[in-house]
Amino acid sequence: MTGVFKNIIRFLIIVFFQVFVLDKIILHQMLTPYLYFIFILWLPFKINRSMLMLLGFLLGYTIDGFRYQPGFHAAACVLIAYIRPFIINLLISQQGAESNYNEPSIKSMGGVTPYFFYIGILVLIHNAWLFLLESWQFADVGYFFIKTLLSSVLSFMLILVTELLFSRNQKFKTNTV
Amino acid sequence: MRNIFLFIRQHFNLLLFLFLQIFSIYLIVSYSKYHNAVFAESFNEVTGKINSRYSNINQYFHLKKMNDSLIRVNENLYNKLKSNYSIPDSVIPLQIDSLKLDSFSTFKKYSYQSARVVSNSVSSQINYIVLDKGKKDNLKEGMGIIDPLGNAVGIIVSVNQDYAIVMSLLHKDSHISGKLYKTGETGTMLWDGQDPETLIMSGVPKSAKIAKGDMIITSGFSTAFPLGIKIGSVTKVYNEKANNNFKIYCKSATNFNNLTYVYIIQNKDQDGVTAMLEKVKGQQ
Repeated sequence: MTGVFKNIIRFLIIVFFQVFVLDKIILHQMLTPYLYFIFILWLPFKINRSMLMLLGFLLGYTIDGFRYQPGFHAAACVLIAYIRPFIINLLISQQGAESNYNEPSIKSMGGVTPYFFYIGILVLIHNAWLFLLESWQFADVGYFFIKTLLSSVLSFMLILVTELLFSRNQKFKTNTV
Repeated sequence: MRNIFLFIRQHFNLLLFLFLQIFSIYLIVSYSKYHNAVFAESFNEVTGKINSRYSNINQYFHLKKMNDSLIRVNENLYNKLKSNYSIPDSVIPLQIDSLKLDSFSTFKKYSYQSARVVSNSVSSQINYIVLDKGKKDNLKEGMGIIDPLGNAVGIIVSVNQDYAIVMSLLHKDSHISGKLYKTGETGTMLWDGQDPETLIMSGVPKSAKIAKGDMIITSGFSTAFPLGIKIGSVTKVYNEKANNNFKIYCKSATNFNNLTYVYIIQNKDQDGVTAMLEKVKGQQ
């Protein structure tokens, strides 16, 4: 129960931070600071896959609500929520890390490299799908690639900063539980 | 039948994924066409309230800029005062006007109403501005918006009881009619979704003589804007090889980054013109 409560609070804080802090920062047209999808990245390992996608849709739809155009963020979030379990299966090398730890983090995924790869690939997919949907009519390929790449680097750095600021202490759950 | 159920159960996640994806894309496509979706009515009521709380606080940080712009507006208005103009030369002999209508009394076609910007964005490729006035203040779809200095900002696309949503010029679907101030050629103002300070004017024939720095104004063809509202100034003229038109890049006159107050232009003829257009379209 505490896990659910914690995630609801996290959802609200992340959405408000994205909408009222990050969206107001205008760095450059190529650099859009997106952080909100860290909510999906931080959801527990053991979450039901359909639940994960529905939560992704809810998160994206909420962000869309503040931007007055439905669909874009919802589509991108559903996509990364669908892909997340495959990436986790691919990257976790330790036997039973999923049952020993609660959420994906550097410690639970067994090192810096798999965790950074996990974040990096999902950030890239999210931004690529979002900007592709947004720029459907423009068809300016070079612009699209540069924007995706630069924004992804920015998102990645934002996530790292968040990780450093809010250290989530991952407790090792014993097998006896 | 049993196989169908088995199939659904086996691929439930994939089907759910596809369903949610298609639903999202359906939302994108349908909302671009009909802005009065359920979304605009319900969701905006909630987010609008939160956004207006936010802008209440945020406004204090822009008070200085707002003051400056108000002083400039006042300056403009002082210059328009009646007392500034002298009476025309009365040496010309009196002529009797044969016109039955009273041609001296003017009638007011456009009226202006102020509104506060509740939410605004420039970073996306689809930017909307939300105003704190809605149906209760007689706002309607299709009305034009200008900033305090009289530059074009956008057009209202959706209204609910308390809020109005404006499609800013920085929107990939924005098409407003522009005109070159010097030569009078008209074209369509577009945005390519890249630089929030650069707009594109297309549809100007190559016969037009354009120089850098020429002003672009609204043409007055639509009911949204009267003639002569500033849109921007030409920065680059691009010769399109594919067709017989110029592609003109221009710097927008409006600063979309710090809009705090805007004015809504209400056209008295709007309803009449729209009704007539509908009728003509119905006949074809």
